[in-house]
Amino acid sequence: MTFLVDLPVWAAIPVCLLLLSGSAITLAGAIGIVRFQSFYERLHAPTLCTSGGVLLIATSSMIAFGVLQNRWIVHEVLIVIFMIVTTPVTLMLLGQSALYRDRAEKNPEVPRKTETAKTDPKIDIGV
Amino acid sequence: MTELLIIWSVLISQIMIGLAMVCALYRVARGPRAQDRILGLDTVYITGMLLLLTFGIRTANVLYFEAALTIALLGFVSTIAFAKFLMRGEVIE
Amino acid sequence: MRYWFPYPVLSLLLLGFWLLVNQSVSPGQILLGTVLSVSLSWAMVNLEPSKPRLRRPGAALRLAGFVVRDIAQSNIAVLGAVLSRRKRPVQSAFVMVELQLQDDNAIALLACILTTTPGTAWLEYDRQTRMLLIHVLDTADGKDWQSIVTHRYERLLREIFE
Repeated sequence: MTFLVDLPVWAAIPVCLLLLSGSAITLAGAIGIVRFQSFYERLHAPTLCTSGGVLLIATSSMIAFGVLQNRWIVHEVLIVIFMIVTTPVTLMLLGQSALYRDRAEKNPEVPRKTETAKTDPKIDIGV
Repeated sequence: MTELLIIWSVLISQIMIGLAMVCALYRVARGPRAQDRILGLDTVYITGMLLLLTFGIRTANVLYFEAALTIALLGFVSTIAFAKFLMRGEVIE
Repeated sequence: MRYWFPYPVLSLLLLGFWLLVNQSVSPGQILLGTVLSVSLSWAMVNLEPSKPRLRRPGAALRLAGFVVRDIAQSNIAVLGAVLSRRKRPVQSAFVMVELQLQDDNAIALLACILTTTPGTAWLEYDRQTRMLLIHVLDTADGKDWQSIVTHRYERLLREIFE
């Protein structure tokens, strides 16, 4: 880790803070996956890892290598763009397939594909 | 002084990300249904990628960042394939 | 010209992405990237996507501001929910929302926004009834999601796309 000695203090402090907060948010998202009760609640937890954790850790890496200037910081930019584009697609598809399976099994906890929803738009089919 | 600060914060964040990976693996092993396991697996991919990023910060090796990018790509494609399989491949009725 | 380059912006973006991944601007890579991006934009012609027309850049910027703020707030709220000491951390619910958006691209963008926000997840959109099913993590704060979606996002999206 010899190269990190060259990092000035004003850059080292934000790098450390961003790194620690990003990994803490990631850990919180993973704890949410363990703690939440139903699948649909768990579906919210990985968003915490991708929108919070990836962004903060990639920013800290960008600051570190941008200040040191010993390599290009293209990879972090690519990873962040890629995460922003792919996460919603993954979670939407997973949610849809879970909904499809629950409906096929006639699970009473998920809303059916209702006809009543047509007549009353304000209907709220809660759990 | 600066080096010590960075070494310790990188180490602590690596431990936290490792714990996050353990939590996600718990959901993969335990998850009552297939979609829970897939969600856990997706989180394992994300945390693995973050772990590689912290290794990259630690060593300044470009190879780690390339590997992180590859994991992000493969994780996305495999999760999509799993979700599609759940919707079409399995006969439930 | 239009025949040879059906989606010029898409081609340019693909070329830029190719050069970023390869991290070089050597003539060989530029040539290879150009061939790839133009042939991939021909592949897009067969998919026949509806062409979006961005009308108001100002509205797009305001939308981006809203989205960033909402994602940050929702991150903090979900963080609090995860770390709370209650036995059952949240009261989640399925919520039906009625949409007035017509444009497919606008609906796709709304889906991405709602799913990226940690507090909400997009589940299903019914084209016939125009009803959208979302799952909300924490309903304890009593937010009216119908009015949030209609007044905050849909208004701006309609300004941008329609």
